Amino acid sequence: MDFQTLVFFFLSAILVFASLRVITARNPVHAALYLILAFFSCGGVWALLQAEFLAIAIILVYVGAVMVLFLFVVMMLDINIDRIRQGFWHYLPLGALLGVLMVVEMGLVLGSKYFQVPASEAMLPANISNTKGLGALMFSDYVYPFELASIILLVGMIAAIVLTYRGPKKSKYTNPAKQVFVKAKDRIRVLQMPVEKD
Amino acid sequence: MDALMNFGLGMFGGVWPAVWTLVKIVLIVAPLMLGVAYLTWAERKVIGYMQVRIGPNRVGPWGLIQPIADGLKLLMKEIIVPSGSNKAIFIIAPMLAIAPALAAWAVVPFTDSLVLANIDASLLYIMAITSMGVYGIILSGWASNSKYAFLGAMRSAAQMVSYEISMGFSLICVLMVSNSLNLVDIVYAQDHGRFAEWGVGFLSWNWLPLLPMFLVYLISGVAETNRAPFDVAEGESEIVAGFHVEYSGMAFAVFFLAEYANMILVAALTSIMFLGGWLSPVGFLPDGALWLFAKMAFVLLLFLWFRATFPRYRYDQLMRLGWKVFVPVCLVWLFVVGAWMMSPLNIWK
Repeated sequence: MDFQTLVFFFLSAILVFASLRVITARNPVHAALYLILAFFSCGGVWALLQAEFLAIAIILVYVGAVMVLFLFVVMMLDINIDRIRQGFWHYLPLGALLGVLMVVEMGLVLGSKYFQVPASEAMLPANISNTKGLGALMFSDYVYPFELASIILLVGMIAAIVLTYRGPKKSKYTNPAKQVFVKAKDRIRVLQMPVEKD
Repeated sequence: MDALMNFGLGMFGGVWPAVWTLVKIVLIVAPLMLGVAYLTWAERKVIGYMQVRIGPNRVGPWGLIQPIADGLKLLMKEIIVPSGSNKAIFIIAPMLAIAPALAAWAVVPFTDSLVLANIDASLLYIMAITSMGVYGIILSGWASNSKYAFLGAMRSAAQMVSYEISMGFSLICVLMVSNSLNLVDIVYAQDHGRFAEWGVGFLSWNWLPLLPMFLVYLISGVAETNRAPFDVAEGESEIVAGFHVEYSGMAFAVFFLAEYANMILVAALTSIMFLGGWLSPVGFLPDGALWLFAKMAFVLLLFLWFRATFPRYRYDQLMRLGWKVFVPVCLVWLFVVGAWMMSPLNIWK
């Protein structure tokens, strides 16, 4: 077993373990952290395939940005694990069906070599870097799908802004006539919260 | 270098490449940690003089042993783990903060041959690794089980993600004009041009044609390292000390090390991308790593100067600057640079 195989098995062992913990960890923040570990090991596996652009892109985009925002949201939520688990047996058949479907799809893709389908393996000349090759393809052969995808993303971005936009705030002018009638309880409400203890 | 390599191969055999890499890592990290220690000293001295004080002057001549004394003091202190905190994550968080700050140095070139790993996608690697530094802060804030720490973590998460975008855009301009993702090639791309032929090479460095991007990168760098005036994650006067309020002893010191190591890293990257790296500013002086260190020292002085000069941004002002000023400026300059490169006036051939 050469060194590369050793690294591959090391990374994939971590990847499988982390992915299992994502769905079994009780604490949602822990699950999100295991997901980050899974992405990171996945980047390592891709780097072993010499797809350095994809490897770095998954770390840059998913680990560096998406999961930060995800953690941001998960940390804010007050998640009651028992309530989430209530529907477990109810949803299990649907989830199992989807899981089996994904395994079959993946098996078809990965097994194409086994079933002697001519594999479309992208081979680059040794002196062109991965990133350059990808960029050249994106802006020549696949320019229309690429532009289409970027337009869809742009629409998504604008839609998110439109959905949360509440209109411009015109001015901070206050009406003195209304101010006169303000009571203390309109402005401030004192809440008594018990100290949270685990 | 090759003689040393052959000598080592004879002496240790097959394990020598691994040993040699480890030696090189130590040769980078040890001076870096010393640099961090003396950066804290320099910060206190520089800000002291700017505010007409003397700064540390008791421990050793000119207070030079002060950082060592501080380090020893923090080593001796107890690390207190708050009750109700998430213990494992509480301990891991400082390590997550410092690991990216050290790992990024693997691809930083000191001269064209003095680099640990001269890889093709080193710019991407730097962006990916530095984008992970935020986890140390977020997790420390969450694991502390303290409201102030949590507020600091939330602020930091939003701030880092916002400023990474403008940072990425300014680096896209750099890689467009240098036509490479390799940091060594990026420095070499700044070496030719009309001004370089005239012997005033510092005018052909990226800072001049990409001046708006240089400013955006520098300011985003200050924001990414959570330094004043963008230090809302710490915000002593608002949220005590933000994410590291619950940390003591060496765990706190590791956060401190990470912050200053990140400052030095951003200074090195600014020098490499925009200030010509190890290139000499004028034709009659030789190139060398000393120039890189001089440029880094200059950028670090700017960091300290900002801290002594500007009051802290309010949170909404900070977000406005990131999203409504920097991102549009970057997008416009991206188009300008693209049009410039396609026009007959292209200076980057």
